[in-house]
Amino acid sequence: MSDSPKISLTDLHKGFGTKKVLQGVNLDVAAGESVAIIGGSGTGKSVTLKCILGLLTPDSGSIKIDGVEMVGADRKTNEAMQAKSGMLFQGAALFDSLSVWENVAFGLIEGQGMPRKEAHDIAIKRLSDVGLGPEIAPLSPASLSGGMQKRVGLARAIATRPEILFFDEPTTGIDPIMGDVINDLIVKCTRELGACALTITHDMASARKIADRIAFLYKGTIIWDGPVADVETSDNPYLQQFISGNTEGPLDLDLKHL
Amino acid sequence: MPILAPIGRIFLAFLAVVGRVTIFAVKTLVHCVTPRFYFRLIFKQMCEIGYYSLPVVAMTTLFAGMVLALQSYSGFSRFSAESAVATVVVISMTRELGPVLAGLMVAGRVGAAIAAEIGTMRVTEQIDALVTLSTNPFKYLVVPRVLAGLITLPILVFIGDIIGVMGGYIVGVNKLSFNSGSYIQNTFQYLETLDVVSGLVKAAVFGFIITLMGCYQGYHSRGGAQGVGQATTNAVVSSSILILIANYVVTELFFVR
Repeated sequence: MSDSPKISLTDLHKGFGTKKVLQGVNLDVAAGESVAIIGGSGTGKSVTLKCILGLLTPDSGSIKIDGVEMVGADRKTNEAMQAKSGMLFQGAALFDSLSVWENVAFGLIEGQGMPRKEAHDIAIKRLSDVGLGPEIAPLSPASLSGGMQKRVGLARAIATRPEILFFDEPTTGIDPIMGDVINDLIVKCTRELGACALTITHDMASARKIADRIAFLYKGTIIWDGPVADVETSDNPYLQQFISGNTEGPLDLDLKHL
Repeated sequence: MPILAPIGRIFLAFLAVVGRVTIFAVKTLVHCVTPRFYFRLIFKQMCEIGYYSLPVVAMTTLFAGMVLALQSYSGFSRFSAESAVATVVVISMTRELGPVLAGLMVAGRVGAAIAAEIGTMRVTEQIDALVTLSTNPFKYLVVPRVLAGLITLPILVFIGDIIGVMGGYIVGVNKLSFNSGSYIQNTFQYLETLDVVSGLVKAAVFGFIITLMGCYQGYHSRGGAQGVGQATTNAVVSSSILILIANYVVTELFFVR
């Protein structure tokens, strides 16, 4: 079991009506490895992540976490998977009705049944881990800047010391400097936890910094997969066009809908 | 027949919505009776739905009782039945006006707020975040609101009934020159327990409808701010219509033999 991948996707398909979004995604992520799935808008990155998290049910294919099949799994299996994973959402997805510390401690209080006082202390430590002071703990998430919200979201994702971390477009919507801060924090937290990380992004700078390996998703399938160092030297024309940002090339860009 | 096709499509779409709402309601009821229970959230929602709706319900029922006293006096004086005013006010308030007016006011205030809050949570991925944090959104968001609606609406309506009857008394004694003692005596002389109980049962049904439709519309909202706005409108309109339908059904169950 120990040498089996932490996350394993096999021939994953998902469609909405007549639109086929995922058309046979295959990907393995090893324990302690950080993989970034890159690709343009509408290629199925978010759908892949939502299928892994159990927020969407795939039409066919297999998703294994620690060798356990998650497609069609019962509630307890799903809860066990969620208990060992943490997720940073694109817009942070902080709960408006709770304070900053209650957001960070949510998984500890509601998921693990930890007393509020103990959870509060851990939340303050996690906020400190992402460079935020205790003075913001009682504030409402709405009173924070976008970058601070992302950091609180990261603190919430790591609060339960998960084995698997998911990041959905971690640098979208924030300035490049704050984006770099977030990238550094993601690398630091992932290493400290020894967690395996799966990031979806279209920000190449972020992917290069966060990931050990990059998978390029195009039209619902992964058409290139390799170490970060090989991205620049790859002879895959689709990947080269994507990282160079050219509108001319083999990628079928429907610019009217972008 | 080209005209039949769109009618059929509308009817099928209507049936699909009825099916989805029914499944949502059954799922809610199952979660209402199975652990885990978030008592802190239930109490919080009871304050939101009950306590903060009290001024609106009090104002509505007060003036409804006052108008009812005036109107019934004006009508009954045509055949010298003015003495029935107090009885008409109390029976109308407890059986019909109290629950229906409170239900419609709470539908506008609370149903819209629930749909907007849960709808915003849906479009900003907060509901997805709940799932990833090992929390069942149904138990955390829907059940506390529905239970709070079920519990607080009867309390609100009971208070509204008293205020409405007081409104009738104020007008009856101060404006229509009824004797205070005889007005109070007439109020209770023909009032039966069933009148009050039927109103409170209606209130519980309306509380369920309002919170369920608010949660359903919010939970299934899509498409950003516009979707949330649409969910809010749908919650108020659908719960208001369902309140009026349920009012007839409950009335028939209680009083038609």
